[in-house]
Amino acid sequence: MTFEIPNLSLALPEIVLLTLTSLLLVADTFWSRTCRDCTYWATQITLVIVGWLVFSDFATQTQVTFDGSFVRDTLSDVLKLFIVVVSIGIFLFSREYLLQNRAYYGEFFVLGLFGVLGMFVMVSAYNLITLYLGLEIMSLALYAMIAMQRHSDRASEAAMKYFVLGALATGMMLYGMSMLYGATGTLELTGIAQKIASGEVDNAVLAFALVFIVIGLAFKLGAVPFHMWVPDVYHGAPTAMTLYLASAPKIAAFAMLYRLLWDGLQQALPDWQGMLVILAALSMVVGSVIAIAQTNLKRMLAYSGIGHVGFVLMGVAAGDAEGFASAMFYIVVYAITSVAAFGLMISLARAGMEFEEIDDYKGLNDRNPWLALMMLFVMFSMAGVPPFIGFFVKVAVIEAAVNAGLVWLAVLAVVMAVVSAFYYLRVVKVMYFDKPVETSRLEPISTQLGLAVSLSASVLLLFGLFPGWIMELCYRSLGLSVVA
Amino acid sequence: MSVGYPILSTLIWLPIVAGVIVLFAGRNNPALARWLSLITAIVTFLLSLPLWFEFDRTTAAMQFVERFDWIPAYKIQYFLGVDGLSMPLVLLTTFTQVLVIASAWEVIRERVEQYMGAFLIMQGLMTGVFVALDAVLFYVFWEALLIPMFIVIGKWGGPRRVYATLKFFLYTFFGSVFMLVSFLYMYYQAGSFSILDFHNLPLGMTAQILIFLAFFIAFAVKIPMFPVHTWLPDAHVEAPTAGSVVLAAIMLKMGGYGFVRFSLPITPDASHMLDWLVIVLSLIAIVYIGFVALVQHDMKKLVAYSSISHMGFVTLGMFVLYDIVESTGGLKGAQLGLEGAMVQMISHGFISGAMFLGIGVLYDRLHTREISAYGGVVNVMPWFGFFAVLFAMGNVGLPGTSGFVGEFMVILSSFMANPWYGILAAFTLIIGAAYTLWMIKRVIFGDIRNREVAEMQDLNKREFAIMTALAVAVVALGVYPYPLMDVMHASVEHLIQQAMTSKL
Repeated sequence: MTFEIPNLSLALPEIVLLTLTSLLLVADTFWSRTCRDCTYWATQITLVIVGWLVFSDFATQTQVTFDGSFVRDTLSDVLKLFIVVVSIGIFLFSREYLLQNRAYYGEFFVLGLFGVLGMFVMVSAYNLITLYLGLEIMSLALYAMIAMQRHSDRASEAAMKYFVLGALATGMMLYGMSMLYGATGTLELTGIAQKIASGEVDNAVLAFALVFIVIGLAFKLGAVPFHMWVPDVYHGAPTAMTLYLASAPKIAAFAMLYRLLWDGLQQALPDWQGMLVILAALSMVVGSVIAIAQTNLKRMLAYSGIGHVGFVLMGVAAGDAEGFASAMFYIVVYAITSVAAFGLMISLARAGMEFEEIDDYKGLNDRNPWLALMMLFVMFSMAGVPPFIGFFVKVAVIEAAVNAGLVWLAVLAVVMAVVSAFYYLRVVKVMYFDKPVETSRLEPISTQLGLAVSLSASVLLLFGLFPGWIMELCYRSLGLSVVA
Repeated sequence: MSVGYPILSTLIWLPIVAGVIVLFAGRNNPALARWLSLITAIVTFLLSLPLWFEFDRTTAAMQFVERFDWIPAYKIQYFLGVDGLSMPLVLLTTFTQVLVIASAWEVIRERVEQYMGAFLIMQGLMTGVFVALDAVLFYVFWEALLIPMFIVIGKWGGPRRVYATLKFFLYTFFGSVFMLVSFLYMYYQAGSFSILDFHNLPLGMTAQILIFLAFFIAFAVKIPMFPVHTWLPDAHVEAPTAGSVVLAAIMLKMGGYGFVRFSLPITPDASHMLDWLVIVLSLIAIVYIGFVALVQHDMKKLVAYSSISHMGFVTLGMFVLYDIVESTGGLKGAQLGLEGAMVQMISHGFISGAMFLGIGVLYDRLHTREISAYGGVVNVMPWFGFFAVLFAMGNVGLPGTSGFVGEFMVILSSFMANPWYGILAAFTLIIGAAYTLWMIKRVIFGDIRNREVAEMQDLNKREFAIMTALAVAVVALGVYPYPLMDVMHASVEHLIQQAMTSKL
């Protein structure tokens, strides 16, 4: 038996990331006392290096290695770059939060990097095992990170909930995967696709496998009716963690969705399309309606996130490459918007004033007009009001739904967009129309933080004015040609 | 046609950029914010004048066209152009804006830079709505406009401003989203978002009806038509003066503009089939809302209801064309009705703007809009009394004022369609006179009612200038409306042709 050495160069970013992270894990124990910021900077440098590695060898065609279990294509590289960019933002804001809350541990960043590694593996996974592996690397890092504030009851509770329900979800997914293996006799996504296309697969087993896989995906994405953990975890976790949870993992989850449902189970489209339509419709309705009743901004954003997942699933439910492209566009923009939203919360938070309740924002315009304006950008973008990018992502997924003949779903989506506009507007109302409770001027925020917040929020406007390139990127990475 | 600069882009972006500059530069420096805004508004108005003088009146084609790719993935273009239907509305916007900025000069004391910045940004967006020829671009301007207006009403408005502004935002947002879905549907059919391509797109009857209804919801909310008009009185009453002026003079016109730019040409068969719906709702607005206006005791509410009633003429004039063609067999009457509707829009822009500015003048002095708080104002404010009566006459539709021209043309054309329409529409001459003149009688004439009224100062120079500008516009358009109609003529003819050509 010969042992072939796989083409390692394709996985170079992951290899480098793993090596550097492991080194950092050791190094952190040494320098954590002498140089507090070293781990943070090393983390950011690691991300930059990895991002550069991906970028410098940008894949224009699909290449497979490790016996077909690892893929590098345009989609994976684009998503990895977005994950890197979003993660840099996450760590930047997290550091500030951890410093303020005296919870600054180097482990946070190391675990965060392991999470990024997991996402990278998910994005490049080309068989079921790799996919599962990536998912677990990411999830375990996240469980630990939420629980890191071990003196906080709320955080521990959130971590517990996330762990138990997350484990249940992975269990479901694994069960589905095993059935899929049983039905097709292969773990490779391409092999599965071929097998299904050949028509030799028992449809009943396949349908069961699909149900379990879709349930697992829905759990991970937080789609209704598998959304119960989302508000509690978002609310309970430290804001830095909520920021992490709500952004980069969503991009990775999209990759999982795409690999499984499109690369692997495209032939079973009629079977999963209906399930996704239901998930999308329910998520949009529940996310929009229940968010109205929230008084806590984090909880509100959690429900709004559920609503956004509904929109993403609507794009996927369209069931063609264009639908996936629109969903990818949506989720990438959503991740960026989340970074801006939670980043703003972190920037505003000061010792004793967490800026978690919507009422904390009363009269923000009088206290700090610039940050109020940035929050306004975020809120209107999430509500899908032009000229912000949030409008164009909604147009893209709705267009995909209309194209696929799901006009009723599109109409439901726009109605829910109106409903959700209400609670976004309420935040704007509180900031602009209400009198501040505390009249003291806010402590000025650091330049670095101010720049980061301004950048992340104003890209929502800039992308909105020039949405062409990012749309094109999403289209191209799914192999669609763009005709000018 | 062209001038030395990309005129339409300039009219959109100059105020927006200036608005952003005002937001930053005007902080802690209200005087700078005011002057910068006024200068911008005046310069923009002057720059918009070539639209009128260089306009080719012989063609219905789009002029001053600018066209670039914007979002190639969806074939969305930055596509601007004007024809005879939109050009006058652009000028109305730039003209009104100068007065709006001037009207807020001393009144707004809190966060002047945000107020002025919001109005300048709004101006650019409103111009964008009228000149956009790409459906998505149009929608972007249409919706983006809600943001500054939301802030303006909510921040500088009256006591119930939060309720009013949320209602305003959600009503219009709700109205427009269906329009978006129909745009997407048509994109799917036509392969482009160009409005001109939509005009030539063949559509089946079911699709047309659904699209027509989607458009109808969007535009009826904006105009607003009975029964979705309820946001307007609230928004008007709570909005600051300038906000009311912009709402009444320009934003309501977007609904009317939408009908002639989208509904009639894109869905001619559905418009034909459902024209009764629009006509009935218009007549209800004209008659019933007129009666509602009669019982108001808040001046702003009264004018708000009168606006709804007058906008009923606009929609009536637009949709009687099918009945006219059926009953007379010719297109002449249809032309009369549509041109009447367009003239009525411009005229209503002047008159309602003037009425709200007049109420603002009173409100600045006495801080109430209750009719009963006033009485005998003419004794202390003779010039104001003069202007108030003049604009009231315009509102009533007295010959010689701009209000007469549009209403007369619409009533005449609706007579051709069906005498009953004409009779009902003509009711407004009585009801309109009743509520307007009764208000004037109670506020302006009679004895001085109380000490506060006795101490009121007459118009200052700024207010006088604003009023004079509007008075000149009202009388000029009333005495010699021909130039305006001449501008529209070719475009209206083209529109009627589109509306009469079946797409089935």
